[in-house]
Amino acid sequence: MQDTPAKHTDDKKAIVGTTGHEWDGIQELNNPLPRWWLWTFYACVLWAIGYWVVYPAIPLVSSFTQGTFGWHSRSAVVADLDGLKTLRAPMNAKIEAASLADIEKTPELLSFARAQGSAAFAVNCSPCHGAGAQGFKGYPNLNDDDWLWGGSLDAIYTTLQHGIRWDADKDTRSSMMPSFGKDGILKPAEISVVADYVRSLSGLSTDKDADLAAGQKIFADNCAACHGDKGEGNQEMGAPKLNDKIWLYGSDKSVIMERITLGGGGIMPAWGARLDNPTIKSLAVYVHTLGGGQ
Amino acid sequence: MSLSQTFDPHLDEPEPPLYAARKQIYPQSVKGFYRRIKWIILFVTLGIYYFLPFVRWDRGPNAPSQAVLIDLPHRRAYFFFIEIWPQEVYYLTGLLIIAALALFLMNAMAGRLWCGYLCPQTVWTDLFMAVERMVEGDRRERMHRDGQPTNLETFSLKLLKHSIWLLLAWWMGGVWVLYFADAPTLVKDLATFQAEPIAYISIAVLTFTTYTFAGLMREQMCLYMCPWPRIQAALTDEHALNVTYRYDRGEPRMSLKKATHAREIGEPAGDCIDCQQCVAVCPTGVDIRHGPELGCIQCGLCIDACDEVMLKINRPPRLIAYDTDVNIKRREEGLAPVFKPIRSRTILYAALIVLISGIMAYALATRAPFTVSVIHDRNPIFVKLSDGHIRNAYTVRIANMLMDPAIFTLDVDGLHDPHVEIIGGEAEIAGKPSITVGADQTRELRVLVTANDEDIEEGEPPHLEFTINDQADGRVAVGRDFFRTPKTIH
Repeated sequence: MQDTPAKHTDDKKAIVGTTGHEWDGIQELNNPLPRWWLWTFYACVLWAIGYWVVYPAIPLVSSFTQGTFGWHSRSAVVADLDGLKTLRAPMNAKIEAASLADIEKTPELLSFARAQGSAAFAVNCSPCHGAGAQGFKGYPNLNDDDWLWGGSLDAIYTTLQHGIRWDADKDTRSSMMPSFGKDGILKPAEISVVADYVRSLSGLSTDKDADLAAGQKIFADNCAACHGDKGEGNQEMGAPKLNDKIWLYGSDKSVIMERITLGGGGIMPAWGARLDNPTIKSLAVYVHTLGGGQ
Repeated sequence: MSLSQTFDPHLDEPEPPLYAARKQIYPQSVKGFYRRIKWIILFVTLGIYYFLPFVRWDRGPNAPSQAVLIDLPHRRAYFFFIEIWPQEVYYLTGLLIIAALALFLMNAMAGRLWCGYLCPQTVWTDLFMAVERMVEGDRRERMHRDGQPTNLETFSLKLLKHSIWLLLAWWMGGVWVLYFADAPTLVKDLATFQAEPIAYISIAVLTFTTYTFAGLMREQMCLYMCPWPRIQAALTDEHALNVTYRYDRGEPRMSLKKATHAREIGEPAGDCIDCQQCVAVCPTGVDIRHGPELGCIQCGLCIDACDEVMLKINRPPRLIAYDTDVNIKRREEGLAPVFKPIRSRTILYAALIVLISGIMAYALATRAPFTVSVIHDRNPIFVKLSDGHIRNAYTVRIANMLMDPAIFTLDVDGLHDPHVEIIGGEAEIAGKPSITVGADQTRELRVLVTANDEDIEEGEPPHLEFTINDQADGRVAVGRDFFRTPKTIH
């Protein structure tokens, strides 16, 4: 008798039987599991029980089982951050002791401050200023040489520490451009005229029939106190330069009219309450060395 | 009976098992020319291996003084007067290509020279077998002992053998780690248990692998795991010398007595007396008389064994020898054997080895002792300044591979009257900021290049050359990048 596949199956059936399941004549042999597989399975069950006991596992009504290891993903992060702080502590002590200008002059401190500043910038500043500090409409580009509140190391440090128009900090940088249009200080026609004049300050084209003389008069009466007679700006008050090539919101006449109508100004949080001093110093150095620092 | 069953002659045979148990091999000791070569290679290669980490090489105060060192924490590799930085890993690539070609050349000249004489697996197995012979005796004694039930003597001899093997394996691994740290210091640290855990782990792993591969697995490494026997078969040709049984001389094989008689009455008789000595000495247990096969590592020990026998029965030696099938055929036809070591294949391999070695030597001899690399800021690509000028910012990295600090100045060329500012530059030399880079270090600088947008033409961005100039001797290195503005294509 030859060992055909059919006979082979019949032999097996006589030994191990079937599971009793049958679908269209197809039966399932009740083959035993390999011994090694079974032991591995039992070992996994035991391992899982141990896992339940030592790690947080079972949800309760308002809490969960804590596990005997006391492990928690949040405390693990805190431990990691503490480790990082310890690692940086010796260099940060030097950063704390040195003046901002000295940090920039010492290669070792400069490279550390730029690295630490770059990381802090990515986490805290880039949502508004962009990953490369390139800025967006209404959020200044920090790479260029145009500064609303000053681009010296100390000025940048102060801005970081106390923020801009951040009411929670009493030393915050503060000023407010009036809402000339919304509050009815200027009529729409006057706003249009003065917008043309503002464009002319930096040599941009103006409407053919623009009355620049009238615009100059309105500018002198309403704007020059903060922005200067020739639109040269005032960093004491955070009043932007109007006679250069850089426009925070854009240089279209409609955009300028919109700014005059609404007034106001950008807001930046005070980071002194959230970041430690070495980090803020590093950020100041990082921003200053992006290229626009003064 | 169905048709398919009619045509399958093997259907009635039981299926052979997929697993074949290993047949224990008891190689016999042998003396002779090739055995001596193997001993010499063993002592020389292992001598170099153990001695090299302790060779000193003075590189000055700023660098390690170990001749051969792979310094992983500092990302440097040292080989006598050569120091390799991570970005120069192509030297390693070149070395590996040369090694592969050398293997091909060896193979074209004389078959598996690598397998038979040079492969670490062969060398270590040889040493382990020598230990085995010293402790347990030669082939017959070992076979006899393994055939008996284990008694105290067998057990203690085996225990001694495995202990010595483990000791040898431990030394193998112990020396390996010395190539990765200052050897004398590491030896001291290892002995006082103050070395890094990775050192102990590496030693443990290598002890285990050496003991397993050379002591327990032996020929199975070559038969089942190593790819080279498969590859080399595709690289050989009919003129490559191989350890060959000269069947033209050996057959018909018969006992010495019969052969003597046959010769007396003028009947043909081969020189092979079927004494099985060639099989007994073989470390992989093959019979060379079957012709070339995968298991034969061509170590030449069967040549030595056969020569001994030929000497005793007063027949000429080299019944087994380095020879080719071509020559066997020629001798059968009464022609003189030919040896063609110089063929297009060997010329090509040799030429490639010379060419690549030449390129590597040239690259090494002329490589700059310092390099400059330039990375353009990705975001923002350019910055518009309040006066309308355009500024690009670059990260410039200077690598000083010299063993002394060097002072550089930086020139940026490619633009009409650019303004260049280096953040982190030092005291000016001849109107340019200087940059000091420590011995064997890199330094990163932020370089700002500003140009008048009106000077830039539309189209392709201008190329910039960043040239660093070593103030000590005027040597230069150049890095390249672009200057991008709103007008250039990007």
